[in-house]
Order: sequence, then structure tokens, then C-alpha cells
Amino acid sequence: MDSVLILAAVAKIAFVLIVVLSYSPLLVWADRRQSAMIQDRVGPNRAGIPIGGKNITLIGLVQPMADALKFMWKEDFIPPKADKLLHGLAPLLSVMPTIGAFAVIPFGDVIWLDHLNEVLPAAPTGHGIPFQIASLNIGILYVFAIGGLGVVGAAIAGYSSDNKYSLLGGLRAASQMVSYEVTLGLSLVACFMTYNSLLLEDMVSWQVQHHWGIWYHPIPFLLFYAGSIAETKRVPFDLPEGESELAGGYFTEYSGMKFGMFMMGEYIAMVVQCAILTAVFFGGFDLAAAPFGFQLFAVSRDGLHLLGHPTAALPMVHWVVSLLYVVSFLIKTTFFLWLTLMIRWSLPRFRYDQLMKLCWRYMLPLSLGWIFLTGMAILFVSK
Amino acid sequence: MEPIQEYEDETSLELPSAPMHLNMGPSHPAMHGTIRMVVDLDGEIVRKVDVQPGYLHRGFEKSCERGTWSQVYPYVDRLNYCSPMLNNVGFSIAVEKLLGIQVPERCQIYRVILGELSRISDHLICNGAMAMELGAFTPCLWLIKVRDWVWDILEHETGARMTHSFGRIGGMAKPPTAQLKEMVRNILPEIDKVLHEVQVTLIRNRIFMDRVQGVGVLSKEDALSYGVTGPMLRATGIDYDVRKANPYSGYETYDFEVPIGHDGDTYDRYLCRLEEINQSCRIIAQAVDRLPDDGPINVDDPRIILPPKDAVYTTIEATIAHFKLVMEGLKPPAGSLYSYTEGGNGELGFFIVSDGSGTPYRVRCRPPCFINLQCAGPMIRGNQIADIVPTFGSVNMIGGECDR
Repeated sequence: MDSVLILAAVAKIAFVLIVVLSYSPLLVWADRRQSAMIQDRVGPNRAGIPIGGKNITLIGLVQPMADALKFMWKEDFIPPKADKLLHGLAPLLSVMPTIGAFAVIPFGDVIWLDHLNEVLPAAPTGHGIPFQIASLNIGILYVFAIGGLGVVGAAIAGYSSDNKYSLLGGLRAASQMVSYEVTLGLSLVACFMTYNSLLLEDMVSWQVQHHWGIWYHPIPFLLFYAGSIAETKRVPFDLPEGESELAGGYFTEYSGMKFGMFMMGEYIAMVVQCAILTAVFFGGFDLAAAPFGFQLFAVSRDGLHLLGHPTAALPMVHWVVSLLYVVSFLIKTTFFLWLTLMIRWSLPRFRYDQLMKLCWRYMLPLSLGWIFLTGMAILFVSK
Repeated sequence: MEPIQEYEDETSLELPSAPMHLNMGPSHPAMHGTIRMVVDLDGEIVRKVDVQPGYLHRGFEKSCERGTWSQVYPYVDRLNYCSPMLNNVGFSIAVEKLLGIQVPERCQIYRVILGELSRISDHLICNGAMAMELGAFTPCLWLIKVRDWVWDILEHETGARMTHSFGRIGGMAKPPTAQLKEMVRNILPEIDKVLHEVQVTLIRNRIFMDRVQGVGVLSKEDALSYGVTGPMLRATGIDYDVRKANPYSGYETYDFEVPIGHDGDTYDRYLCRLEEINQSCRIIAQAVDRLPDDGPINVDDPRIILPPKDAVYTTIEATIAHFKLVMEGLKPPAGSLYSYTEGGNGELGFFIVSDGSGTPYRVRCRPPCFINLQCAGPMIRGNQIADIVPTFGSVNMIGGECDR
């Protein structure tokens, strides 16, 4: 039986890696297509694979592949006076933790291997495999802890490049990410209080039983979303790059695949943040629509329920339900990724002092205030 | 008992820190590739700034002294390459004043139309680039789209999208095409539509307003003492536009307003340029209505204007006139004068000296943005490093014009 668990763990890791690593080129593509659509341009339409005299461009999807190839074959330039060890270490430090953060994200419900081909009974037996790589007891704190390592990557990149622009960018990155980490964590505290757990899978199952977190915590959602964009250094918070004043910021001196790793790290961090957003505020893999407490439909473990009816209107086999859950989670995540892209192409960027003011003067007090309100509400309800 | 001197040595406790000396440019995205700023940074604050133009110096003024007067046109095209037609018109008017001639009304109206189209494209580029450097890429590309429409018209009229070389002393190279009126009338409402979109995305955008309001402030007194002109001067609240103050090409007969700011900050400069685009559209709409469908476009003087090509091949008079004009050039009377028009960035002046021969003795250009650029240093000093970008962007330094 242990071999089944090991196999399952390997399969889950492979699944997460494939999903995550394919998200990053897809996001590059979406970024370009999206910006082209907003800006009345054509977008990537040249890079293609010539097959039988035709140029197969796959609506621009070949472009990210060409980009990846280009990254690999480009000269890996290291400035002569740069710290070679740290210069090489920085891109790794900014990619690896972001991938590692996926370990605790639940992509789907528990899978019961013995019941795959039947409608799940109320009391399933056998091995239940949770659809997440590791269920750590510190839960989401692990994400914050390991995500915080990204700061180190950016700061080291800025420090080791022997370039003043890089140094300024690294300093900006360090102060910005450390500041927003605080807001990011505090904005979720109210949710922990409601869900009474730090585990992402518990949060999701709480939301499945009650309602999505967004109905209880709209303000933390906004704070967390803004903070997560700042954490991933995207417009309007892309000051560490500051392409117009800092000429690329902390990765000015990077080329080839090392630069590609910073890009990848940025996109993967976006996926992580949007996945957490989905899990904490939008019911994770939950597939239900219940506006104002009135349930229109819900896909439970045994199938499709309509209008709050206790028995399933359309019973579904367990593997179908599990698949639907994973797809639902990915679609929700993708929606927020798309929204992030939209924001990236419609707003100008902040200035350094405005950014700090926004964090410490507005977002932090707001999140603290919301924690207070939530505490009061919980006290009131429990009495 | 003596009191403890607890504040005495506080400064010695601080770490020694020197300002960071940073070279920005000439290869830097915000420096347009043609300028260098040496800044002393205290954290993010700019303590000292030294603006060093001159990287695009090509000897414009000296180059003018070796050809004929007409051969200056390709050079003036490359002064302010965002609005070459305004330079063409400005130089034409200068030489025409020296010659003491007046171009026909049809030519004047044609010059107004093409010149204002050029002004629109100049302001579009300036505002668009400034927004882009603030991270707002989308409005920038919308404005670039409009500029492309404008350039389509200019290309249709002159044969070139950017360096037209279309002006002539005593007229224009070609009469207006038959499609000009229709093309211009089609484009004007479209420009208005896109400008509205840009306004919606930017000028009430909190982030954008925070970035540009109160940044790069230029006071009225400073602006006047530096000799600033154009939208930069008008943004400080001074009502000076050469088209109103000293009209040429019949600008006094058009109904348009000169937008005035009052704070002199980057936001006002942005709004001034945006409104000037609208006013230019107004002028163009009036000019298109007035433009006669036929009539002379050039002055009727064989000593100034080349004869028609078929006449050159068939008549001896035209052949001789053509030969004299091409080999010797037209000969303005000896003398000098300063003539000024409203260019894209302000007062575009030409001080020309003729010794009576067919070659200019001296062509001195008063480039508006070189004089405007003097204020860049004082405007940037004390602000943050990120403020350099919008402030410098709104000065609209055009390398070709500034460095000549």
C-alpha cells in the first residue's frame, strides 16, 4: 500500500510541475495577446513552425517557445566585477521558492482510489489521497515563509550585479516586498479567524460547507489582491524594474536563461498568489453558485445538486467530479491571472514614496481594522 | 555636576554616507538616446543634476552654409523630427520675408493644414511617450495609432511619412491632392474619439495624477527668465502663442483658443498639449473649409520658383530659369532678419543672413526645446529619481532640434 502512496505523491508532484511550468509560457502568450487586443495591435503572429510550406503559428503560441529557445542560446553575460556566485544564485532563489509554494495548495478534493468508477458513497473506504502535495500543519504560513525568500533573490541580484541601477532596483524590491508581505499576511488573518484554521484544505472545506470567503471578507480580498500584485512586482507596482527610470532595475545585468528565470519566477509567483486567492476567497475547487445564500446549483461529491435539493439531480462518477473540481480550480485561478494582466495593461506605475504610503498608511490600518471587526463579529455570533 | 552631553555626538553615530553618483544616458530608455543626466542621488532623492545635451549634434547650421537656400529643407526636416512640416513652414516664411514676397492664400491655408497636422503628431508623441514612461503603455499606443492616421495623410500629401522636405521658398512642392479634404474630414472625429478614450484612462486616473501633479513645477517668473516658450510656458499660465501674438500664414483669421495652465507642473503641461490637439483640429476644420480647389499655390516669380518641367524641356526661357535656379539658387537680397513661428515645442526662430549670393551666409536656428531644456535641471532637483521621467518627458526634448 505504501507504494501506492509514493506513486500518488510522484504523480501529484508531476502534475503540479507540469501545470505550473506550462502556465508561465502560456501567461507570456496571454500577456502579449491581451496587450495586443487592448492596444489595437496584432500581437505575435510571425513565429511559427513551417510545416508543408505553411507557417503554423498557433495563434501566437509558438512565440513563447521561440522565446525559451532564444533564452537558452543567448550569451550568458556576467559583468566583470560582479560577484559570480551570488549573480548566478539570484535567479535560482527567485524561481525555486515560488515553485515550492505550490506544495500546500489543494488543487482538488480528496481522491478515493477504490471508488473511482462509481458515485462516491457517504462513507468512503480505502485510501483517500488529498489533491495537494503536502498537508503541512503550518498551512498557509509555509507559503508566506517560502514566498518571502523571493525578496532575497531580487535583493541579491541587485547587490551582486555591480550596477547602480541594479542596486537601486534591488533596494526597492527588498523594501517593497518586505512591506507588502506584512499587509499580505495581515489581510488574511481575518480569514483564518473565520475558517478557524491555517490549512488551505480546511479553509476550502469550510467554504464548501458555508459560503465563499469573498462574501465575508471583501476588503481583505482587495487588500490581498493588491498586495499580491505588489509581491509579484507587476504594474502598477513594478518599481523594482522601473524600466523607464532604472532601465530594468535589479535584472539589468542579466541575460539569457538567467533573465528568463526571473521572468518565469514572476509569472509563477503570479500563479501562486492567484491560486491562494482562489483557495481563500473563492472556495478553491468548489463548484457552486449561491448568490445571497440561495443555492442555484452545486457540484458535491456525489454529483450535481440543483436549487439546494439534498439528493443529486445528476449523480456523477467520482473521477468525473474530481476532474471537474481540478478544472474549476484552474479556471478560477486563470480568471484572476487574466485580471492581473488587464490591470498590468491599464494602469501607470506608482512612485516609491507613494507605494510605501499606500502600504503603511492605508492598507495596513485597513487590514488591522478588519481583523478587529472580524473578532468583534465572531465574539458576537458565538455569544 | 555637569550635564550629560547626550546630543553632542549624534552625528558621529551615523554611518558615513556619500551621495550616489549616477550617469543616466545617453543610452537610457528615458533619455531618448540623445542626452545624458549626471545625478547625485541621496536614496531616491535627486540632490544634484547636470543635464548634458549635444549627443545628436550634426552641424545643422554649418551644413546650411554650403548649399543653396532651397537645399536647407532636408536639414530643417531633421530639426524637430516629430513635426517636420512646422520647421519647413518656419524656414520658408523666414526666407520669404527676406525676399519680401507673400505666398498665395491657397498656399497659406495649405501650410496651416499640414502644419497643424504636424503639431498634432508632435503633441501626440510627447504625451504618449510621457504616459508610456510612467508605465501606461496602452494610452501611448492609442496615441501612436492616431499619429499613424495623421502620418497617412501627410504621406499622401508629401510622399514621406516623416522627413517631408515639402516646403519651398515661395510656395509648396505640390498643390494639395484632391483627396486631402475628404481624408482630413474623416480623421478629425476619429482623433476626437481616441483623445476622449485617453482622457478617460489617464487624466482622472489617481495614480497618474499623483505621479504628475506638483511634479516638475516651473514658476511663471522662472519660465520668463529662462525664455521658455510653447506649451511649457503656457502651462505656467502665460498667454503667449506666436500664432496669436504675431500671426503669420493668416492665423489671425482662424477661430481658436490658446489653452493656459496655472500650476506649471507636469500635469498642466500634459493637459495643455492635449487641449492644443483639440484646438489644432478646430483650425484644420476651418482651413479645410476655406481651401480653394484651384488657384496658384506658388508665387509667380521665375527667379524664385522652378518652372514646370514640361516648359523646361520645350521653352528656352524656362530652361534658363531652371538652370539659374539649380546652379546658382535663388538670391535673396543682402541682409539679415529674425523670423519666428510657433513650432511644436514653442517659438521656432530662424535668424538668417544673406550676402546676396545663392548660398546662405548664416542660418541660425532658435530651437525652442534647447531653451526649454535649461529648466529641466531646476525642475528635477529635489524630486525623486522616478520624477525625472515625467518631468523630462513633458519638456519634450527632441534631440535633432536641441543639438542641431
